Amino acid sequence: MNLFRFFSKPQSAPAARERLQVLLAHERASVGGSDLVTKLREEILKVIAKHMQVDDDKVSVKMERGAKMSTLAVDVEIPFDATRKAAAAAAAKVPGKKAA
Amino acid sequence: MGKVIVVTSGKGGVGKTTSSAALGAALAQGGDKVVVVDFDVGLRNLDLVMGAERRVVYDLVNVIQGEAKLTQALIRDKRVETLYLLPASQTRDKDNLTPEGVEKVINSLKKAFDWVICDSPAGIERGATLAMRHADVAIVVTNPEVSSVRDSDRIIGLLDAKTVRAESGERVEKHLLLTRYDPARASRGDMLKVDDVLEILSIPLLGIIPESMDVLRASNLGAPVTLADEGSAPARAYFDAVRRLKGDAIPVTVPGEKRGFFGKIFGRKAA
Repeated sequence: MNLFRFFSKPQSAPAARERLQVLLAHERASVGGSDLVTKLREEILKVIAKHMQVDDDKVSVKMERGAKMSTLAVDVEIPFDATRKAAAAAAAKVPGKKAA
Repeated sequence: MGKVIVVTSGKGGVGKTTSSAALGAALAQGGDKVVVVDFDVGLRNLDLVMGAERRVVYDLVNVIQGEAKLTQALIRDKRVETLYLLPASQTRDKDNLTPEGVEKVINSLKKAFDWVICDSPAGIERGATLAMRHADVAIVVTNPEVSSVRDSDRIIGLLDAKTVRAESGERVEKHLLLTRYDPARASRGDMLKVDDVLEILSIPLLGIIPESMDVLRASNLGAPVTLADEGSAPARAYFDAVRRLKGDAIPVTVPGEKRGFFGKIFGRKAA
């Protein structure tokens, strides 16, 4: 029974090897905080915070680290209020409007 | 309010992480909402065993230090939608785990989940004591081998002294999970007997997980063994353990024991 199962299943060691290689490549790169994906994530959040009050619950960050490429998805719920305020601030900066 | 379980052992390498993942997945496969929390700061591995290692963004330390919200740090399993993981930090010092921070996180998790499973690091230091601190139930993972049994005894002592329940005069429900049980070695008489371990530690038995290739295969693939191969012997043992955890009085079968022993098995008190 055990032998039968052993031969009928694809080997799992190659999967283990591939997973470890990807993981360790990322972990070695991230020592000292120099991992690009992490850096991008932090800076993107900083930029967003510059323009609006960021409610952590309204920001979802997802990463998927791959062998050839990684993906970073930052989902931000932007309240209508913040959009309006930003528009007002931009309008105030236009010189023509200031004179009027 | 959900139940908090600590999976602990004292000794390393006995199967705490494997068991945390398998028990968590088995509970979630039954429809319960489960979060498995990795307390092994600096040497996290639960993410790898559960196959979520590429998706870790924030971790337990980030949440405790206020750098991320709990909801942001939780990773949902891709296979079972009621199963979540809260990873440990890989780069931070374990001193970042504060008792107040851990209490806050556990309390929030208890409100949102049916089961909060705390995967303890080996040893009896800060990480291990904080992992057990808020437990309602403790699963002591033990191998049928002298040093593991000794360390389990030490951990049982800590559970009776250093947990919130113990300090307030209540009891932490303790269960023994015997892992890496090798029927071949047992039949040669070269392994501690189940009854011997039970007698020495004198806590009820939750289950016996046989030593198996299936466990190694599952970790290679990044899937809890109950998901990787539901029909395998270790998976079935974990499913049974989960049923006992939920109160079903099903008899424990010793892997490799013949049916003639059934009466004896039936006589053994299940957890």
